[in-house]
Amino acid sequence: MNPMKALELHSVFKSFGEITAVNDLSLTVDRGEMYALVGPDGSGKTTTIRMLCGIVKPTSGELRVLGFDVQKQKEEVKKRIGYLSQKFSLYGDLTIDENIEFFAEIHGVYDYKARRNELLEFTRLTPFRDRLAEKLSGGMKQKLALACTLIHTPEIIFLDEPTTGVDPVSRRDFWKVLAALLKTGITIIMTTPYLDEAERCSRVALMDNGNILMADTPANLKKVMNGEVVEIVCSDIRRSFALMKKHHSVKEVQAFGDRLNIVINSSVADMQQILVHLQENMITVNDWRVVKPSLENVFISLLTDRKKV
Amino acid sequence: MNIRRLKALVQKEFAQFFKDKRLLPIIFVAPIIQLTLLGFAASLDVKNISFVLCDLDKTSESRKFAESFTNSGYFTMEYSTEDYNDVQRYLDESKAAMALVIPPKFGNKILRRETVDVQVLFDGSEGNSTAIASGYVMQIINRYSQNVLVTIVGDLKRLGGISTEIRAWYNPTLVSRKFMVPGVLVLILLITTTNLTAMAIVKEKEIGTLEQLLVTPLRPVELIIGKLIPFTLIGLIVVTFALLIMVFGFSIPIRGSIVLLYVLTGFFLMTSLGLGLFVSTISKTQQQAMMVGMFFVLMPMIYISGFVFPVENMPWILQVIADLIPMKYYLVAIRSIILKGVGISHLWFEAVMLFGMGVIVLTASVMRFKEKTD
Repeated sequence: MNPMKALELHSVFKSFGEITAVNDLSLTVDRGEMYALVGPDGSGKTTTIRMLCGIVKPTSGELRVLGFDVQKQKEEVKKRIGYLSQKFSLYGDLTIDENIEFFAEIHGVYDYKARRNELLEFTRLTPFRDRLAEKLSGGMKQKLALACTLIHTPEIIFLDEPTTGVDPVSRRDFWKVLAALLKTGITIIMTTPYLDEAERCSRVALMDNGNILMADTPANLKKVMNGEVVEIVCSDIRRSFALMKKHHSVKEVQAFGDRLNIVINSSVADMQQILVHLQENMITVNDWRVVKPSLENVFISLLTDRKKV
Repeated sequence: MNIRRLKALVQKEFAQFFKDKRLLPIIFVAPIIQLTLLGFAASLDVKNISFVLCDLDKTSESRKFAESFTNSGYFTMEYSTEDYNDVQRYLDESKAAMALVIPPKFGNKILRRETVDVQVLFDGSEGNSTAIASGYVMQIINRYSQNVLVTIVGDLKRLGGISTEIRAWYNPTLVSRKFMVPGVLVLILLITTTNLTAMAIVKEKEIGTLEQLLVTPLRPVELIIGKLIPFTLIGLIVVTFALLIMVFGFSIPIRGSIVLLYVLTGFFLMTSLGLGLFVSTISKTQQQAMMVGMFFVLMPMIYISGFVFPVENMPWILQVIADLIPMKYYLVAIRSIILKGVGISHLWFEAVMLFGMGVIVLTASVMRFKEKTD
């Protein structure tokens, strides 16, 4: 009901036959936020975005975008939103210019030339404007798709896994564009499987099985983490990984090149015992230290806690 | 309804259409190939029937009788044998489709005014051609007998009886091409418009732009009209092109009203475009759309509509189904306008059926499409 809110979801359900994709989801997002829905495949993030855009109808529950009911005031919602799907859906047989022009006309933006130049400049696609969309690289396609969704100056944009399948350089580029965009006051709702990307958002909802496990700022999310993350630099990573996996006080292990990240309840209480265990098994520990947990650590610990319950 | 949005859609559709280097040949080369293949090769005419002659008489009279077959233009003598046992071999090995056996003393008996038995054997595995060919055989033998009579009686009219002279109107030389070509024209129109419409929509589904469009203020009805306008125009271009080939390439003039022909074509387009739209709602990929269109829409239409096989000869249940197929009425109308030159006074029933069915098919498809996208 509040027009100042970008999104309001109240106990939304969506099932496809037997499968429940979204299960009692409630969520509020303020205007001007960059909000990420994070979760493994099948956690319901894409379905949520599609319901918000009016592509899929919810089984029950209420969804409001910018204060408008997505079901009852579809036209009002459609005027004000932009949607970038996973596939960067463009007309491959039309040029960059033609693609933007088409989406401008469909949105009723007739004086689009200035805005188009601005967007092309912004996404650094100006030199390629006459190139067919199918001849573009993945990163350029992604930026063109973004330009198409921005042509009518929407108040809120929905990005569904915008950086999946894009090379690291283009990914960084894309984030620069998003950061600049956010300064104009737009609200960005995105889904991503990458937790390092989610850390850049103002708020993050961790999703699993069609529901939100927890939603807060990245910093607050990290505080709720049970235990500590310890980084160990040691020899024979593969064998150490196997040893840590079996150790009773280690809750989670991740291997990164020459080091391991383990999650334990307390470094003061458990670390001594772990180091001894490693040495007994002929592993040389070069260094270890307590590090800040990443969102990934938080998410995995939340998921494992949930499974135990 | 927003005209500018519609215009943008139509423009986009044409831009894509003319950039697709595979589509233009499909539209302009396919009609030429189909008209040529079906117009010439798929001929139902029976001529040049090969036969083996077994002349056991070998008199000038028997030779004259055999020549009356070759001179008719319908039969060509491929083999000649004097051994009756050979005849079966020629038929078995498909070297000849017919065998003509002239018994010994044929010439003698004719001269003595006695009745002679002549044996004609057919390879009847292809029933239709055999029936037509045996008709020719009867004609030739009757004429020969008459000539024999004339030499005896002089003027046949003195004997009385019925003299018939049969003439086929609209297609006096009974060339099946004249019947086939207008039918092929209908077929081409149906295939191109149904398939192109279905594929153009499913393509947007496949690449995800359909979903993208549904998030814009564009309404499903505008989307449908934006798709149908370009394909209506393309359908009309295809018909015009095929008509030109028919008139100038095959020398089959349009005897009736061209205006009526186009009006009825417009009615039929409602059906073919509607079916394309319908196919698009039940297919996820372009391949699927192609297969569904081919096997569940086009093939039944082609077999049951009277395109090749006359509806009147079908079992009653198929005739009932045929009555529900718009293509049947369009075929009748097109053939009548082109070959007979009849006007709306004779074709009002077909016109009403085409219009009514077009409206029903199109409305149902639009409703289904809206339901799927809303």
